[in-house]
Amino acid sequence: MSPVLEGQAAVDIAGVGKVFPVRRGAGVTALEAVSLRVAAGEFVSLIGPSGCGKSTLMRLIADLDTPSSGAVTVFGKTARQARLDQDYGIAFQQAGLLPWRTVRENIELPLQLHGVGRAARRARASELIELVGLGDFGDKHPEQLSGGMQQRVAIARSLAESPRLLLMDEPFGALDEMTRERMQTELTRLRAETGAAVVFVTHSIPEAVYLSDRVVVMSPRPGRIVQILDMGLGAGGERTDALREDAHFFERVRDVREALHGDTAVSSQGKEAR
Amino acid sequence: MRRLRAALLGIAGVVLLGVLWEAYKAFAPANGVVINGLTVLPRTSDAAMPHLSTMLQRALEPVTSAPGSSPLWIAVLQASAFTLAVAAVGWLVGVVVGLLIATIMQRFRTAESALLPWVVLSQTVPLIAIAPLVKRWGAFVHLGALDWQDWMSVALIASYLAFFPVSIGALRGFSSPEQAHLDLMRAYGAGWWRTYLRLRVPASVPYLVPALRLAAANAVIGTVVAEVSIGLSGGVGRMIIEFSQAGSSDPAKQWAPIFGAVVVGLIAAAVVVLIGVALSKYRRNEVST
Repeated sequence: MSPVLEGQAAVDIAGVGKVFPVRRGAGVTALEAVSLRVAAGEFVSLIGPSGCGKSTLMRLIADLDTPSSGAVTVFGKTARQARLDQDYGIAFQQAGLLPWRTVRENIELPLQLHGVGRAARRARASELIELVGLGDFGDKHPEQLSGGMQQRVAIARSLAESPRLLLMDEPFGALDEMTRERMQTELTRLRAETGAAVVFVTHSIPEAVYLSDRVVVMSPRPGRIVQILDMGLGAGGERTDALREDAHFFERVRDVREALHGDTAVSSQGKEAR
Repeated sequence: MRRLRAALLGIAGVVLLGVLWEAYKAFAPANGVVINGLTVLPRTSDAAMPHLSTMLQRALEPVTSAPGSSPLWIAVLQASAFTLAVAAVGWLVGVVVGLLIATIMQRFRTAESALLPWVVLSQTVPLIAIAPLVKRWGAFVHLGALDWQDWMSVALIASYLAFFPVSIGALRGFSSPEQAHLDLMRAYGAGWWRTYLRLRVPASVPYLVPALRLAAANAVIGTVVAEVSIGLSGGVGRMIIEFSQAGSSDPAKQWAPIFGAVVVGLIAAAVVVLIGVALSKYRRNEVST
């Protein structure tokens, strides 16, 4: 059921390691020998306990950090070139909206930075405001919005340049459970409409299962991939709230949980996966 | 409603000050309170503390008894306008230099280490000491057809006091964006300049407005004091000194230019308030400084 790995991959991570230097000693190994391929249009979640390097891995793809070893390729280019070419959109746990800009102006920011004309910017922002269901809030300022609405703005902003790759670092991490589920459903819809590949960092198992084509389970010290699980729960557009109560869904949740917690049975499997 | 309340309280404060003045004059001994030959509270004689009404009355009379002399308050107003103009030039130069220094310090980490101690040190040099120096150096400056004027020395000293709060405030403001915002700008491939323009400058406004207010106060004080120590006539600073020399015979006269200096300070503060209002869009998450 997972998308066929044909043509150019959205992200290709080959034997990547990341060591953060410390003042004394050998440095902290955040990632070790990580290899992962994300196909175009594929939704991949990175899950694992704190310190497993899942956010670091996403930052390497975004070229917000550079790997100590190995190579990160995005759409066949270096991560740096992909960043400069605006091949990805990005959203963080904190919505990170500029408080002096209205919702509309926040969404227009990346377009403005890249020299898109005023009229085209306005049109695109209106489109995105509708897309994320913020119709009446275009001229409001961030502090007038709830956390969930701010995060919608951040997602709209990440979609502004119609990227073929979305990088999301726990974008729903600060939201309450109800809002969170609604946002997840909306994200599957957005993803189906845009056809973008998504690399999604989370530490919620149900969230990863509900959203993903594949779930990458990671473990800490040093950060590495333990196992990569195919979800096989259908294409993004077919996923509705009903899926949350489906037997297959629970089965996958159990699989991911076992991969995360199983020390003995799974770890041997994990070595194979590496 | 709250604004009206604040305005009324402000007026009440001024009135209270006037009442205190007159009450002290009415009830304290004429020679002041003297303990062990030390005057701990001032004399209340008409020469030391004229009545408020005398000050006002004197302001309406001509400057001197010479025929054709204009009323004192008009002369004071002209002097105040002159001082305000010099202070404004000093403030503007100070703000530009302050912003420039802050920008350089933000851009280059080493520049911050190299410049910041000098910026702080610059404010420990006493104004009285540098004023004559500035005047003397100015005498050697010939910018084409333009000769260095004394008022330029005064403005320069005002700017010397004004640049300090601006450079410190702006540096804090330029460094205030959170890492998430900086990451975002990097993700957009925005270089230093566009990050500065779209993120650092707008984010610095809440820090900048209080700094501009301090700079305005510093510029006015610097102008008044520098007028005295450089000997520039035409402004209220020199006028206060001139009139106080005639203190014993005409004690109420010197109070008019003192109030003139207060008015200059108030106008300067009001201008900065207006700037703050114009920038209110960027002050939604105001920091308290």
